[in-house]
Amino acid sequence: MNAVTVENITKRYGDTVALNGVSFEVGTGELFGIIGPDGAGKTSLFRIIATLILADSGTANILGFDVVQDYKELRKRIGYMPGRFSLYQDLTVEENLSFFASVFGTTPEENYHLVEGIYKFLEPFKKRRAGKLSGGMKQKLALCCALIHKPDILYLDEPTTGVDPVSRKEFWEMLKQLQQEGITIIVSTPYMDEANLCDRIALIKEGRFMQIDTPQRIREGYSAPLWVVQTDRMHRLLGDVRAFGGVEYGYAFGEAHHFIAGEGFDPEGLKTYLRGLGHGNIVLHRGEATIEDCYMLLAKQ
Amino acid sequence: MGEEIVIHAEELTKTFGTFTAVDHISFDVRQGEVFGFLGANGAGKTTAMRMLCGLSKPTSGIGTVAGYDIVRQSEKIKRNIGYMSQKFSLYEDLRVWENIRLYAGIYGMRDREIADKTDALLERLHFTRERNTMVRSLPLGWKQKLAFSVSIFHDPAIVFLDEPTGGVDPYTRRQFWEMIYEAADRGITVFVTTHYMDEAEYCDRVSIMVDGCIEVLDTPRNLKERFEARSMDEVFHSLARKAKRTE
Repeated sequence: MNAVTVENITKRYGDTVALNGVSFEVGTGELFGIIGPDGAGKTSLFRIIATLILADSGTANILGFDVVQDYKELRKRIGYMPGRFSLYQDLTVEENLSFFASVFGTTPEENYHLVEGIYKFLEPFKKRRAGKLSGGMKQKLALCCALIHKPDILYLDEPTTGVDPVSRKEFWEMLKQLQQEGITIIVSTPYMDEANLCDRIALIKEGRFMQIDTPQRIREGYSAPLWVVQTDRMHRLLGDVRAFGGVEYGYAFGEAHHFIAGEGFDPEGLKTYLRGLGHGNIVLHRGEATIEDCYMLLAKQ
Repeated sequence: MGEEIVIHAEELTKTFGTFTAVDHISFDVRQGEVFGFLGANGAGKTTAMRMLCGLSKPTSGIGTVAGYDIVRQSEKIKRNIGYMSQKFSLYEDLRVWENIRLYAGIYGMRDREIADKTDALLERLHFTRERNTMVRSLPLGWKQKLAFSVSIFHDPAIVFLDEPTGGVDPYTRRQFWEMIYEAADRGITVFVTTHYMDEAEYCDRVSIMVDGCIEVLDTPRNLKERFEARSMDEVFHSLARKAKRTE
């Protein structure tokens, strides 16, 4: 059974179309990623399926409940971690957890097993006010508070923004464990390495889902001729490559630059041209697209 | 990149009670360099940056920024640097032009100069139509580009960027980094923190802080060689795993 069935959701704010006919399904126990730029409509979508705002048109059924008709029943079953830090800054770590548990008529003890793996990092600071926690700790506490009523589905809106790579990795290990517990998870992220950890992802742009598939199939579906280039003058290289005939789209990619070649592109010609401009140690070869390349292509179109 | 040293830190230390947030760090940054200042949350980056910006006094050690002493000449430093953070940069309730006007005024620029440079800036950013837009209603990526432009509007010697691209998508992040390169090409030294390890690759040199100390400082290429790593992400993980501090 599907945990989520969204059909043709549209949401406008004045003249701005935040969501433009979005439809998708998420299976029970699936880890589903929503990937897109700020302002693409991700947060509006979360708020609609969390029963917090109404869509202008379209329907959304979550766990068998309609987001409009059955919002009261549904709210008991949803855990939502908004993008902005949502905890009470003046309450301590343990007070925040107790508060969110009591709102849902439960206690931290009752579902402690669900948050134990995360809360153990917070235990030494349980008397500290939430506002005084570091970024990584705040995220962990927010996740605990979203989980403490044992939701069947979890919404996470950019949970790892501002979190360092090591803490991010820990965070995703926790998500995988929660998935093992049978919780369906919908998560948005600007990190493309995290997109790869999802079962399926949706690429969203200007309020539309452009593609929905497994990360692997999205990568395999990339058909543009992608090249990788590196020289000893990376700083200047990007501008030089872009100026070369047949290069359609070039961008930095970690230690190398990637570019898409158009018709008539001559790799040997590029090497000669770069040597003439003073580049040395030239490495040029075809590249295999990552999710980030897929995203870059989509963003440009 | 010039040979001139524009940031010099020597045994810089900051303690809060019994807690040593920054533990005897020493390093130099050259003029026009893009210097990546990395570390896990809680490693001491922000505390170190605040000392360099003249906002917090070191417990011990010395430092000079743009030729000024960070303890005795902190007001001079503030005039000669730019600063942008992900958490706070622009006033949401002011219009685009009002934010530019405000910051330029704070840095003591003259009205005529502000007016001319504002037009040029908005044109360069393709923001001309947004001149009267409230900053609150700009998309995050636009805000960050504007905030960066405002932070270097007074042509500082150095700009400090504290996680400038947090939460921004890969496409917009790249546009942002092209602006960073432009600034560096103009001779502005860029001191930047980030949690995106692909951005670490774009820096001329990076340092990685672990538990208040600078554990390594080198070019990305040399660090990868030394740690036999394929990427800066691997370098970071192998170092940060050693951390004992829990934020």
